[in-house]
Amino acid sequence: MSPSTFRFGEGNLQYDAQGRLRHLLSIEGLRERELLQILDTAESFLSIANRSVKKTPTLRGRTIVNLFFENSTRTRSTFELAAKRLSADVLNIAVSTSSASKGESLIDTVDNLMAMQVDGFVIRHPDAGAAHLIARHLRESALVVNAGDGQHAHPTQALLDVFTIRRLAGPIENRVVAIIGDVLHSRVARSQIHALSILGCPEIRVIGPRTLVPEDLTALGVHVYHDLQAGLQGVDVICALRLQRERMESHRLPSLDEFYRRFGLTPTRLQWAAPDALVLHPGPMNRGVEIASEVADGPQAVILQQVSHGLAIRMAVLTLLAGAVGGGDEHA
Amino acid sequence: MRKLIRNVRVMDPGDGFDAITDLAIADGRIVLREERIADFPADEELDGTGLIACPGLIETSFHAHSPGHDRDGDMASELRAAVAGGITQVLLRPDTQPVTDTPAVVQEQRQLAARLGLARVHCAGALTTALQGKALSEMAAMLDAGVLLFSQAKVALPDAALLRLALSYAADLGRPVWLHPEDVDLAAQGVMHEGGLSLRLGLPGRPAAAEQVGIYRDITVAALSGCAVHFPQVSTASAVALVAEARRRGESVTCGVSIHNLLLCEQDVGFFNNHAKVLPPLRTIAERDALRRALASGTISAISSDHCPWGVDREGMTFVQAPFGISAVEWLLPLALRLVDEDILDLMTVLGLLTQGPAQVMGLPAPSLAVGAIADMCIFNPDTYFTLDPTRSWSRGQNLPYGQWQLRGQVLYTLVAGRIVYRG
Repeated sequence: MSPSTFRFGEGNLQYDAQGRLRHLLSIEGLRERELLQILDTAESFLSIANRSVKKTPTLRGRTIVNLFFENSTRTRSTFELAAKRLSADVLNIAVSTSSASKGESLIDTVDNLMAMQVDGFVIRHPDAGAAHLIARHLRESALVVNAGDGQHAHPTQALLDVFTIRRLAGPIENRVVAIIGDVLHSRVARSQIHALSILGCPEIRVIGPRTLVPEDLTALGVHVYHDLQAGLQGVDVICALRLQRERMESHRLPSLDEFYRRFGLTPTRLQWAAPDALVLHPGPMNRGVEIASEVADGPQAVILQQVSHGLAIRMAVLTLLAGAVGGGDEHA
Repeated sequence: MRKLIRNVRVMDPGDGFDAITDLAIADGRIVLREERIADFPADEELDGTGLIACPGLIETSFHAHSPGHDRDGDMASELRAAVAGGITQVLLRPDTQPVTDTPAVVQEQRQLAARLGLARVHCAGALTTALQGKALSEMAAMLDAGVLLFSQAKVALPDAALLRLALSYAADLGRPVWLHPEDVDLAAQGVMHEGGLSLRLGLPGRPAAAEQVGIYRDITVAALSGCAVHFPQVSTASAVALVAEARRRGESVTCGVSIHNLLLCEQDVGFFNNHAKVLPPLRTIAERDALRRALASGTISAISSDHCPWGVDREGMTFVQAPFGISAVEWLLPLALRLVDEDILDLMTVLGLLTQGPAQVMGLPAPSLAVGAIADMCIFNPDTYFTLDPTRSWSRGQNLPYGQWQLRGQVLYTLVAGRIVYRG
């Protein structure tokens, strides 16, 4: 390990010296053209999923490590499946079985895996900035995809959300999007806001109690609402967020029921939005807390499509970062 | 050892003396300060042409990990860094490992420092046992062992009643108490300033209001106790205003500021730059500018580098895991000269904030370069420009956010009692 060679403030870590996207760490700092390239590549991978042979040789011979320091079902399994459909070898490392519990530093863990000649890391970690730390250490020797770092970012989730909006609700340039719930602690919301902004969304609203949706969020270029009815007025897309139980323990809410009473998405309240407004949720859902089952299972919800789209997005991201640009088109 | 320094610009914030002259030193004291000294047989003659001599700088917040883990630094490595920065006196922070809350630790620190014979070392004893804010430390015993004052380092006291008792007890002993003013619940687990950037990065923030609430409480409680209190690093306009108000009421309240809060702001955290993780946190540009104005108005008594080195092990940590602290004692003078270059202060005022002011808040005799004064001195070339390279540091810590900064001011000689302890 040679951490003393770290240099900070060296510009955008996500791009290599030639300006090519090398790591996906956060949506913030990406250019519109990279976002569009990822979305367009994902389109081509969607069709592969419907074929009987779902594999492409794009990443044959490469090894991708899923390094997960937090529990995950959807994200980890779609990343694994994405890598496998691209013919990569996949190594899954979960925190319970890793040596992090034996006191090994994150960088040492990564260096040990690098000694096994791996080509890329998909990392989820409870600390904001963990993926940046690894990317700064590895430079261009392997690709790094952030699969969620603390409350900072979850870029592939945001990409699959804008992909879903683009496919099912039409051009983002004229859609009003509302994000409901615990925006303050949500890496998903942060990444969604950046992705929507870069793609020209004309109005992004965040809705929730002041303890979870502080006024300061306007610094991110969003409109803040503390009243659900006012916030949902004329909205084309609704993104509900998962409410963590620990928010009750930190006194940000009196109870889950109270949240549902004020901000739960019910069929009646859904009518406050534009007709046929799309309902997204990153999962896992708390039915009866942030969303009523009638809405979650209703015709306007696209929650399961999001999961399928997640697979295509993650295939696209791995393909582009691995430098196999256009691989999706070739094999579609 | 008799020394003669020729043709040097002497700048003494003590009496405002500023002229090019000669200085003669004998028996550790300045014996002559006049032009073209003749008939002074010296063991060594230094040419001071183009150089400035000022009283030795005093660092009010110095962490040497002594006792502690030597991967992060030790008394020798950090004092060498200090004298390389023209510093002749330091005050050790008590948040060592174990905490400086017993006479034994104080004695060890003083013996180590005496053996090294570099800068003068003053010890601060912990105000409460293990700095935990639950019980008073044995202050009288530590005083007998040689502590200069009592401090809570970077730990705010959660219990106002205990604070009142601790300050009252310390008042009996006639020593000032240094406090870290912050409301512990508002500051909580924050790792940077709470603001736009902490929100973007998803990092827990420490609001400026935590310092405002904390300092208001501390000043109010201090007034009940009759104890002199000092806040070594304030970071907000509201804290400075509360200190100024207390001083107008005649209360014995002073404050200092770290150079980091004068030169940097929250944006310097960038994308999780561990080297910009410091307490108090780097705040907004508006707060930085308010602190600069407070320097000019005289409300702030001292500038510190708030020296806290961390070894390379920290580089492998995430921003949340990494400990607070910046290692910059060696570059305190060049960094402070930025304030001159940016027209915030004149050079004499800056030197005063690095010498006179610290001595005053620590209760030390005023440093001076007048005849008869102890020859603790920093001689530097104000016109040597350089690019800061953290890897070429005497300190074991390379954790500073100033890498590649263009600075000026090179320390050429540091003298303690007339003895040259550093040659640049």
